[in-house]
Amino acid sequence: MLPSIIIYGLVNSVILALIAMGFSLTFGISGVANFAYGGFYILSGYLVWMLLNYLKFPFILAIIVSIGIVGLLGFVTYWLILLRVRGIALSEVIASFALGVGILELFRWMGFVTYEFNLPYLKKGMILIGGVPVDYQRLSIIGIGLASVLFLYFFTHHTRIGLAFRGIAQNERTAISLGIKSDRTAALSLAFGSAMAAVAAIVILPLGIISINLGYEVLLIAVAVGIVGGLESVPGILVASLILGYVQVITGTYLAPEWMMVVYLAAIVLILAIKPSGLFGKFKELEERV
Amino acid sequence: MKFRKERLDRGIKARCEDIFALSSYREILYLALPRVLPVAALLILPLLKDVVGLYWEKVLVITCAIALLSLSWDLMASVGLISLGQALFFGAGAYITGFLNYTFKLPPILTIPLGSLGGAFFCTLLLLPVLRLRGVYFAIVTLTLPLLLARFIETTKILGGTEGMSALSPLPNIWVELYVPVVGLLVCLFGFRRLINEDYGLVLQGIRDNDRAVMSGAININMFKAQAVFIAGIGGAFTGAFMTHYYRFVGMPAFAMDYSILPLTCAVLGGVGTFAGPAIGAFILVPLSEVLRAFGTLRVVFYSAILIICVVGLPEGIFHYIRRKYHQFERMVEVG
Amino acid sequence: MEDKTFLKAEEVSKNFGGVAAIVRVSFSLQEGELLGIIGPNGSGKTTLVNLLTGFVKPDSGTVIYRGRNITGKMPYKIAELGIARTFQMVKPFYQLSAFKNLIIPLYSSRVKKLRGGKYGDRDNVAIDLLEDVGFERDSFVPYKVASSLPHGYLKRLELARCLALRPDLLILDELFSGMSMSEVASTLPIIEKLSVEGLTIIMVEHRLKELFRIAHRVIVLNFGCKIADGPPRQVMENDAVKAAYLGSEDEDRDA
Repeated sequence: MLPSIIIYGLVNSVILALIAMGFSLTFGISGVANFAYGGFYILSGYLVWMLLNYLKFPFILAIIVSIGIVGLLGFVTYWLILLRVRGIALSEVIASFALGVGILELFRWMGFVTYEFNLPYLKKGMILIGGVPVDYQRLSIIGIGLASVLFLYFFTHHTRIGLAFRGIAQNERTAISLGIKSDRTAALSLAFGSAMAAVAAIVILPLGIISINLGYEVLLIAVAVGIVGGLESVPGILVASLILGYVQVITGTYLAPEWMMVVYLAAIVLILAIKPSGLFGKFKELEERV
Repeated sequence: MKFRKERLDRGIKARCEDIFALSSYREILYLALPRVLPVAALLILPLLKDVVGLYWEKVLVITCAIALLSLSWDLMASVGLISLGQALFFGAGAYITGFLNYTFKLPPILTIPLGSLGGAFFCTLLLLPVLRLRGVYFAIVTLTLPLLLARFIETTKILGGTEGMSALSPLPNIWVELYVPVVGLLVCLFGFRRLINEDYGLVLQGIRDNDRAVMSGAININMFKAQAVFIAGIGGAFTGAFMTHYYRFVGMPAFAMDYSILPLTCAVLGGVGTFAGPAIGAFILVPLSEVLRAFGTLRVVFYSAILIICVVGLPEGIFHYIRRKYHQFERMVEVG
Repeated sequence: MEDKTFLKAEEVSKNFGGVAAIVRVSFSLQEGELLGIIGPNGSGKTTLVNLLTGFVKPDSGTVIYRGRNITGKMPYKIAELGIARTFQMVKPFYQLSAFKNLIIPLYSSRVKKLRGGKYGDRDNVAIDLLEDVGFERDSFVPYKVASSLPHGYLKRLELARCLALRPDLLILDELFSGMSMSEVASTLPIIEKLSVEGLTIIMVEHRLKELFRIAHRVIVLNFGCKIADGPPRQVMENDAVKAAYLGSEDEDRDA
């Protein structure tokens, strides 16, 4: 039992981290609302499916095109919609949230809801680790997930663009005076975040079917991980994902699978009671808002 | 020859300033009509039930319910708290009412008030830790709470689980069914408007506009925020409580996203912060959504589109536009 | 012997992500004093005010007010204890009339307590307060909407907002900035009168001439450190202060 929990807990944690990262990059790190995140996630899944089944693209090409389209969509979303309401937090949240809901419900109305909508595995087969069968898909999730976390940390701390992302969240005026084109950076941030959603979708969705409600769940997961770990912190995402991931798997194994979602509620309520800005978050409320 | 648009107050508006409003019937009518007409219409509509048909009377009830939810949303927005999960209040009120009726067999006359107060109290308690933090953070948490509470009920199977609690007591008669939501709506509408224009409401709006200044004025902003949430929560929970007895059922759909998105859309369409605006928005969108029933879930896409367009293009909402047209007229004036 | 110091800051420090905004600043204030805080731009004057009033939590050090430790307390609690401050960036409630802007501090529990448990007629109290800061009542200036008032009036509105709280300590953060000469000339006597009547005041200012006329004592900040503390005349003779404001003689020689 134990090796199984360790391995599946790790897989689950990495899944949560993968999902949360794109959202945190845009919202937590750059300060740009991206509540269409769930919509983009599912959209990329359906895009790959359509490219594979309608246009008969080879798998690699479908993936690349899908990620590209979703990233571009994120960029365009900023310029067309969010730009006009930049700075008004309320409107940013509402507009992007509405976009996400619109995308998801549009797919639901168009009928993309049966079991035939699923994505193929990257590579079939499995290996045994400590007596536990683990398929290659889950292994690749772990690999890609951990690589993404490292990439995200490196990117936001050591590359010019990444630091620009952090800059526009902290103090936009200073960023502008340092030559960072605030709007272009924000749009790029939205593009990157959406592209990460696409990457996450492509590796995770093959594990099940593409379902519309998953889109809402993804937003929920991203938000829960952000709240628990601290929206702007990469180590926070990692730690929060590990905690939530393992607690979920343990409750799923020993109690019942349905309890896994309840873990989010409990975690959020607990964190809000103890340290509302998240485990690694900085309590910004009292700081002077210039 | 260049022209520019000029906006002037209508003559009758100027004549209505202060005491001069009582000078003639026309002025009095000008002031009274926008307030009296909708109230009269709302109070008369239920009487037409035999003319218009029971179906449209149902629509009236649901419209009033959504309008009430929109009003409670607007009150929270007036203190700077944007809620993406108004369904939280609806569901809380609905479940407490349903529980009291199902388990203790209390009659609606008791369960509805208790559900409203209890629901408001429960939601305020739940949101207490988040009030301190940035507004967007609050929005995120309100988004997740209804979804998670629904899952919680589904998993633990309490309060009826996935099946909910059915066969609850009905409301005494058709007149109660129709007039309670209408009267409730009017009470909240005028009550909230009164509240926001009193000094108390000024403090609330101050918290929204410049909370540092309010804090340096020795006011505990979190306590006031909590009070606003509670008052708004009473309106929201009341809606849930009433609808539970109207449908004679309460279940997980009480936390559905529709109850979060629709009030939001009505408020944004009608005009945030005006209270009359969200109500107008409800009276436009809900009947419209009934008419478009054939389109099924495409309607939600429609709401999303409206939300985006309004937020980006018409941020002040319909109510401000109507009011402007009522009080002012435009003309082109030569420049230079 | 009981320490009767009105306000005491001990070794307060604040770091903003690597930038040392305030470095081990200590000073004390007696009741009834008018203390000026001066220094070149970026020396940390407003940060110091924020540290005293709870808007920023110090990394280390303590702030003691009338024997109570108020370090890092919430701003509204500190205001409740009687410390009122103005903000450099004036942001009134533009769509409200001038006197309605004062309703909010008049709504606080502190004012209620001081008035013996009743709020009284807030509107009239507000109009009286505005008259005290120079809003001409006969011209109905207090009734004008805030967005129509010139900058000098808005600054005085800020002052009135503080006075509405009936503070025991008044902290003015660059009240005179953006005011014309005549506006300063008409506002200065108001502050002088408050000081003469016994109100303890801290003034952060750039306009030294006016400040020195009414200040009992002045402290000088430079790069977050206190470099001088004493009566105005004495402080201006201080070499370090001159160097901070004007640049030292050595630098001039090389240039």
